Amino acid sequence: MEFGIFTVGDVTADPTTGRTPSEHERIEAMVAIARKAEEVGLDVFATGEHHNPPFVPSSPTTMLGYIAARTERLVLSTSTTLITTNDPVKIAEDFAMLQHLAGGRVDLMMGRGNTGPVYPWFGKDIREGIPLAVENYALLHRLWRQDVVDWTGKFRTPLQGFTSTPRPLDGVPPFVWHGSIRSPEIAEQAAYYGDGFFANNIFWPKGHFQKLIELYRRRYAHYGHGTPEQAIVGLGGQVFMRARSQDAVREFRPYFDNAPVYGHGPSLEEFTEQTPLTVGSPQEVIEKTLSFRETFGHYQRQLFLMDHAGLPLKTVLEQLDLLGEEVVPVLRKEFASGRPADVPDGPPAHPAVERTRT
Amino acid sequence: MNTDADTDTDTRDVNRTRLVAVTAGVGKPSSTRLLTDRLVAGVSEHLDADVRVVELRDLAMDIAGNVVSGWPSQALREALEAVSDADGLIVATPVFAGSYSGLFKSFFDLVEPDALTGTPVLLAATGGTARHSLVVEHALRPLFSYLHALTLPTAVFAATDDWGAGADTHAGGLPGRVARASREFAQLLGRTRGTTGTVGVAPAATVPAATVPPARAEGGEAADGEAADEVVPFARLLADLA
Repeated sequence: MEFGIFTVGDVTADPTTGRTPSEHERIEAMVAIARKAEEVGLDVFATGEHHNPPFVPSSPTTMLGYIAARTERLVLSTSTTLITTNDPVKIAEDFAMLQHLAGGRVDLMMGRGNTGPVYPWFGKDIREGIPLAVENYALLHRLWRQDVVDWTGKFRTPLQGFTSTPRPLDGVPPFVWHGSIRSPEIAEQAAYYGDGFFANNIFWPKGHFQKLIELYRRRYAHYGHGTPEQAIVGLGGQVFMRARSQDAVREFRPYFDNAPVYGHGPSLEEFTEQTPLTVGSPQEVIEKTLSFRETFGHYQRQLFLMDHAGLPLKTVLEQLDLLGEEVVPVLRKEFASGRPADVPDGPPAHPAVERTRT
Repeated sequence: MNTDADTDTDTRDVNRTRLVAVTAGVGKPSSTRLLTDRLVAGVSEHLDADVRVVELRDLAMDIAGNVVSGWPSQALREALEAVSDADGLIVATPVFAGSYSGLFKSFFDLVEPDALTGTPVLLAATGGTARHSLVVEHALRPLFSYLHALTLPTAVFAATDDWGAGADTHAGGLPGRVARASREFAQLLGRTRGTTGTVGVAPAATVPAATVPPARAEGGEAADGEAADEVVPFARLLADLA
């Protein structure tokens, strides 16, 4: 089982001080957070991709390439890479290059994005979101697997005799996740290719995701990749911890109340009751996270959102210490117990990474 | 007939018409609820219906929360599901600032875009004076046309005076208008019962490929025991691009 963190990369004022970090400070903080993730024994760091303020990570492979050079074991990923508005040729090239630089410690998550104007800014039509995701990924999949590609599609200029370089490290493309919060078509796409399915369940009640994940598992088996239980599932989570539960609630409440996306909406109590958000002691985080297995079945990757809503870097690093020292070791042990031998305990690792692990 | 808003859906008879009334009065009691109850009673005289009344007042905080957070509370989800699954809808709003109330609109903003396609809807509104009466035509009807609902041509507006001595008694006054709308709505429900979701939709031959349900689009998928209504097979998603 893999544990890691994913970041949105928002530049948000700290509501307790009113201070907003500069973009430069935020980018440096993201790198520091990624390095800390490795230091405390986490497996994965994933960055979002955004093309509008208040977000900084517009260029994920640049950032991940730098982090790759400053880390040894950490798997570098995305949450998400915009398969709708990026040129699939450039995705193929960028992530293959990153694979070589990172010694195979790379996977990525496809997503459609949540910001409407990104489509017109990149010359695309938001009403074509699903068809863009379907066609662009079909091309990306071929570019990593066929040395010479002839291609004609609906959305991209045709390719004749095109070779995407560099070729994937050792000829093995990065593992791909498909992220979705709503669309059964994306669960179907992940199942069709035998790729991973990541349910970013942090803002929504669990019933909704039970249906999506059940659909993905059933269709994964339908397409002959294994049993429904063997499908590769990732889940989101969102936590804030202090040794004493009431201290965590008191400290986190102003950040919650003013957070982008859900601030000024439901109360902290409603949100923690209905979504994976856990604000409390490490033990409470352990219990909530273990409940995901009961809800969704044995799964392979757990990512936590730890560094948003204006939380200062010092606090985030403290949170990562708690996560790495008190939470994840228990979760590793608990999740390992009861996992059937034929259910993978993580997504497929690149052969270059496998070699370093043995 | 059961007008209890907390009607247990598990006890419903699947063969009876599911009539849902959405009422957006903000007072308690409210004249909008009064008009809603009159219409529910009027329709129920003509057909045997399971009735559920959704009081938006009780869901106001949940609706606001859903608008900004993207997900519904349990109570709101049940109300949205009841509206989406209804065989017929009665909708009633007070007139605020020349239109339906913001609460009323916010609730229907949360209904899935296709959920009311072909659903018969009886429009109703209340206001201080009869000068607001065209709100049913100029605000409510376009909203439900946008949602592809089947609005009954007769809508009911009740002004404050309609409840007392100053009532407009032309054509039987408010009781007469309620009776006419109820009778016509029951007739419409009788004709559309069991076909909700298809009424008014073009014949299959003219439906664009993308809207054809997978059961029809790819028989082999539907036949192998998969729940084909939940998923468009990937081969179909790819083929649609060709």
